[in-house]
Amino acid sequence: MEKFTVLKGIVAPLDARNVDTDQIVPKQFLKRIQRTGYEDVLFYDWRYLDDGKTPNPKFEMNSERYQGATILLTRDNFGCGSSREHAPWALKDYGFRCILAISFADIFYNNCFNNGILPITLSADIIEQLFGEVRAKENYMLEIDLVNQSITKENGEKIHFDIHSFLKERLINGWDQIGLTLRYEELITNFEKQHPLKL
Amino acid sequence: MPKNIYEKIWEAHLVYVPEDQDPIIYIDRHYVHEVTSPQAFEGLRLAGRKVRRPDLTFATMDHNIPTTNRDKPIADPMSALQVETLKSNCKEFGIQCFDMHDPRNGIVHVVGPELGLTQPGMTIVCGDSHTSTHGAFGSLAFGIGTSEVEHVLATQTLLQRKSKTMQIHIEGELPIGVTAKDLIMHIIGKIGTDGGTGYVIEYTGDVVKKLSMEARMTLCNMTIEAGARAGLISPDEVTVKYLLGRAYIPKHIPEEELIQLWLSWASDPNCSYDKTININAVEVEPQVTWGTSPEMVSPISGRVPVLNEIQDTNRRNAVEKALKYMGLEEGIPIESIEVDKIFIGSCTNGRIEDLRDAARVVKGYKVSKKIKQAIIVPGSMLVKEQAEQEGLHTIFLEAGFEWREPGCSMCLAMNEDRLNPGERCASTSNRNFEGRQGKGGRTHLVNPAMAAGCAIMGHFIDIRKWKFND
Repeated sequence: MEKFTVLKGIVAPLDARNVDTDQIVPKQFLKRIQRTGYEDVLFYDWRYLDDGKTPNPKFEMNSERYQGATILLTRDNFGCGSSREHAPWALKDYGFRCILAISFADIFYNNCFNNGILPITLSADIIEQLFGEVRAKENYMLEIDLVNQSITKENGEKIHFDIHSFLKERLINGWDQIGLTLRYEELITNFEKQHPLKL
Repeated sequence: MPKNIYEKIWEAHLVYVPEDQDPIIYIDRHYVHEVTSPQAFEGLRLAGRKVRRPDLTFATMDHNIPTTNRDKPIADPMSALQVETLKSNCKEFGIQCFDMHDPRNGIVHVVGPELGLTQPGMTIVCGDSHTSTHGAFGSLAFGIGTSEVEHVLATQTLLQRKSKTMQIHIEGELPIGVTAKDLIMHIIGKIGTDGGTGYVIEYTGDVVKKLSMEARMTLCNMTIEAGARAGLISPDEVTVKYLLGRAYIPKHIPEEELIQLWLSWASDPNCSYDKTININAVEVEPQVTWGTSPEMVSPISGRVPVLNEIQDTNRRNAVEKALKYMGLEEGIPIESIEVDKIFIGSCTNGRIEDLRDAARVVKGYKVSKKIKQAIIVPGSMLVKEQAEQEGLHTIFLEAGFEWREPGCSMCLAMNEDRLNPGERCASTSNRNFEGRQGKGGRTHLVNPAMAAGCAIMGHFIDIRKWKFND
C-alpha cells in the first residue's frame, strides 16, 4: 500500500452532510471485478448531467479551480451507508489522498486506511472556517503532515489533529495488513484449538 | 463483574493484542457475495495465499442476479461475469456457494439465519453493511470492506478496536399495526444517522423480548442506518426455538449443552453500558421517510417539514435539498403522497412474516390503477417456498402484484429492477438515499403492511385503520 507522510495539495469542497457511499460510487459501477479504474465514476450522479458525460456546471467540485485537488473538504457523517470499498477506491483514483470532515461513518473510515487515504476529523467550527477560506481563494492549498499530526495553511497557521497511533503507523509505513497478521499464525492456530464454540 | 453481551463475545474472540497494532479477533463465520469479493480473491491469488478456513466461509449470490427468468443466462454481460467469478472463486478455494440455482439461494442475511449458520456468540462478517442483521441472534456481526474480506479469507481474523456500547432499552408495548421496522425508523429519527457511530448497540427491554426472530432481524438490520456497525439482542428461548433443527446447527454437541452455551452469551443482569437510551414503544406510530436519509422520517399522521421551522442552517439546507430531490412540497400530509411503484422485499423485510403481513392487507383487494408496478421479492428460495405453501403468492398475484425470484432486487437496483427518474416508490428496504433505487428515483421507506396498503390505495395510508378481509 502507498505510504502517507506529508501531502501538500489543492482542497476541493463538497458541501453536504451524510454523503453516502451510493453517492460516492453508484451501484451500476459495482459490477466491475477490478480494484482500480473508478476515477470517472466518482460522485457520478452529481458530477455529470443526465447524459452521464457532460460535467454538471452546478457541481462545485467541477469548477476549474478545484482541478487536481488531492484534499476533500466535507461535513458530517461522510461515507455512511453501504460498506463498498469502491468508494475509497474511486476517491483515490480521482486523486484524493486526504479527507477533512466533521465525522465519518465507521466502515468507510476503516476502508480508507486500507487504501492509503487519510481521513481527518475536525470540529464543525474549523470545517466551517475552511469552507470559507477554500471558496475565498483560488488554488487554496493545505499541507497535511501525518507524522506531526498537523495541517498547515499557506499563511503558516497550524491546526492539530488527532488520530489513533496504530492507524497512523499503518499509513506512514504503508503496511500490508495480511502480512502483519500472518506473523501471528501460530497464535491463530492455538486459538482455534480451544475455541469456546468448538467450530 | 457483570458483563454485557458485546464484552463477552469480544473477550472470547481475542486472539492476540499486539503492542503496535489493533487487537486481532477471530471470525467464526464469513459470508461472501458476488459484489464485494472478486477483488479480495484476486488479492489472494496475486499473493499466493489460500483461504484459511473454507469450512467457515459461505457464499451466496444476491445483489446482482435477476428476479425473473432465472433459467435464461443473465442478460447484462458484466453482471454475468461477476456471478461467474464468484462461482469459479468458490470452486478454486473450496468454499460452499449457494448459487443462483441452489434451493438455498437468497439474500445473504436471510440465508445465514434460516440455515442455522448464524448462532449466538459468534463473530460474523461479510462485505455488506447489513451484516448487522445477524446480531438478532446474539452474534457480533458487522460489515467490512473488500480489503478486510481478503484479510479474513487469508487469516480468519480481523483487526478491530473495541467499540463503545449503547443500550437502547424499549419498554411499553408496540401498538397494533406498528412493527420492528417502525421501531427502528423511529429510533433513527430520534438519534440520527450518526447517533450510533463508534458504538455497538444492544436492544433490551420487554418489547424486544416479545419480538419474533424475524422482527429482531429487522431491528438489527437497520442498526447500521443509525451509524452503529452492529446491533445485538441477547439470546433467549425465542432464539433457541428458532434455531433448533436448522441445517447447520452443530451435531457434535449435545442439544442441552448447546442451548446452555447459546444462552450463556446473554448480557448479565446489572451489566453496564457506555450510554443508555430509553424508548417508550407506546409512542411509536407506523413510519414513512420523506427525505433522502433514513433520519428524515415522520409518523404516518405527520407532515413533510416546513423549512422556516428548522433553526440550524446546515440542517435546513439538507432538508431543502432533500425535498427538492423528492419533489415534495413543504408541510403536506404524509398520507397525501401518491406513489408509482411498490417494492416488498430486501434483507430488512423479505422474510416470511413480512410477506404474511403484506398478504393479510392485500387479501380481497386489487392494486390501485395509479400504481405502475408492484413487486414482491422473497428474501430467499426457502422463504418463497414457504410463502407458496401458505398460498400467499396467490393472494398477491390475484391482486395484481408480481411474484418474483429472490434477491436484493430493487433495494439497491443493481439488476433490472429499478425506478426510472422521478418515479416514487413505497419500499420495505432500508435506504432512501438519492438514486438508491435508480437514478432520479424517489424512495419512501415503510413496513410491509404499509407498502401493501399503499399499493391498494395509491397513496400512503395509516395501516392501523385498515379494513382486513380475514
